[in-house]
Amino acid sequence: MLEIQALYTRYADLIDEGPIAEWPTLFTENAVYKIVTRENLARGWALALMSCDSRAAIEDRAYAVEHLSMTIPRRYRHLISGFAVTQQGTNAWHVTANFAVFETIEGQPTVAFAAGRYKDVIVREDGTLRFQEKITITDAASIKNSLVFPL
Amino acid sequence: MTTRQWTLNGTHRVPYWVYTDQGIYDREQKEVFPRSWNYVGLEPEIPNPGDFKRTHVGETSVIVVRGKEGEIHVLKNQCAHRGLEVCRQDYGTTRAFQCPYHQWTYRLDGDLTGVPFIKGVGGHGGMPDDFERKDHGLTKLKVATRHGAIFATEADEIEPLEDYLGEKMLKLFDRVFNGKPLRIVGVSRQRIPANWKLMFENIKDPYHASLLHVFLVTFGLFRADNPSRTEMDKTGRHSALVSQRSANPLAANAATQEMASFKEKLELHDKRLLDIVKEFPDPATVVMQTIWPNLIVQQQANTLATRQIVPAGPDAFDLNWTFFGYADDDEAMQTRRLRHANLMGPAGFVSLDDSEVMDLAQRGIHVDAERAAVVEMGGRGSEDHDHIVTETAIRAFYGYYREVMGL
Repeated sequence: MLEIQALYTRYADLIDEGPIAEWPTLFTENAVYKIVTRENLARGWALALMSCDSRAAIEDRAYAVEHLSMTIPRRYRHLISGFAVTQQGTNAWHVTANFAVFETIEGQPTVAFAAGRYKDVIVREDGTLRFQEKITITDAASIKNSLVFPL
Repeated sequence: MTTRQWTLNGTHRVPYWVYTDQGIYDREQKEVFPRSWNYVGLEPEIPNPGDFKRTHVGETSVIVVRGKEGEIHVLKNQCAHRGLEVCRQDYGTTRAFQCPYHQWTYRLDGDLTGVPFIKGVGGHGGMPDDFERKDHGLTKLKVATRHGAIFATEADEIEPLEDYLGEKMLKLFDRVFNGKPLRIVGVSRQRIPANWKLMFENIKDPYHASLLHVFLVTFGLFRADNPSRTEMDKTGRHSALVSQRSANPLAANAATQEMASFKEKLELHDKRLLDIVKEFPDPATVVMQTIWPNLIVQQQANTLATRQIVPAGPDAFDLNWTFFGYADDDEAMQTRRLRHANLMGPAGFVSLDDSEVMDLAQRGIHVDAERAAVVEMGGRGSEDHDHIVTETAIRAFYGYYREVMGL
């Protein structure tokens, strides 16, 4: 469990502190990364706010965040807790956890930006834990303006 | 009532107070939204009798519900008794709407059926003898549908939806809403801290798209040198941008030279993000249509979506996206639409730039609301253009807006 928690700590650090270019290294080559709302999930609609079905697509997202998008400077801060391993195989773990993300836009006070649940599959690959699947489920259907970074 | 006067001639200058003034906003809630055909959803969101969704017409909370015979009702979400919102969910399925306070109960068509203690209890109380349930239903809006899209209006007298769209806009509307059954891909919602009109102007302004959106330009999805046109209906209230993707998207040329952030060498790691399949008979690869007063219809690559604008005070609006495809999409197309949806929505590779820019616009406008925007790209008139280096559609929009608002 400590090793799994360390993966999440690294995940949050790469988004919150950077460099975001290294964030894709936490995923396997054919990993799935999605941010979905509870509403779409409940209605059986497949739409995701971010949807990547390869590490290459995750790299594109990381590159766009840093180099392509015009965004007002801001920082996210992840708090992740309540880890549970719901299923365990050989070198594979199904993990759920709660997350909260605070957003601080330059010149403005910090606000609660998003909260929800992770439903992930983690595998050990060449001795290293990586996300095979990372599904981020947001409680709110609505986003406060823009979703700039991964959650 | 506001005392603001639009003193400038024409609409090539737009006074900033149209985005900030509470009096102007209040007048819009009376003159713009209730008197127009407002988009409220797509039919497959409520496929079966009793299915409902909660949404808005202007600021007004409404319920869009499918009745027993499959017909669609749009009802104001306000109990006839004490005014409570009778619907407390964004969506669901029900046999009736019941107010929690005194349990007044309404049928799916909005008629009042149940009033507890209507005849009193043990000879005490009860409603007056002349109280008629039929006089106290939920307020019903007029409904029109077109190939799966649902519109509603509070206006008693209004032209049919098809005439309201006009021949030119109807043709483009029917290009996507072509009568084939629709399939919902999903919804996303965002609260944008800007005046609702800035959303329309963003889509009516293709000039920005070829500069701001590095992603669009770099991958040739939308560029100033692409074959394009900008056109309006005869009132100027609706408009469309129609464009065709570059054959050789990555090459730098005169159109990209002035774009500081153009990245010639850029290549996607996962090229499936842009594995665009032609699905409409004409050569256009982008059609962005704005329908007065609250709808954007988007086709960019293989992502189709409606965007519903819901004003929330002068300084904010909700943008509700409904991504859709067709019921007969095969699995490959369903996957493709999901991938292409990365371009759009609150985290879209493209639309993210827009929500950020609108935030900056609203803040900047407040710096000095007595100044005016300069809207002169492509001239000062509001005629159709066969290019996109123009703000003509914004000028046309404000021509109609001034008429409606008496400004």
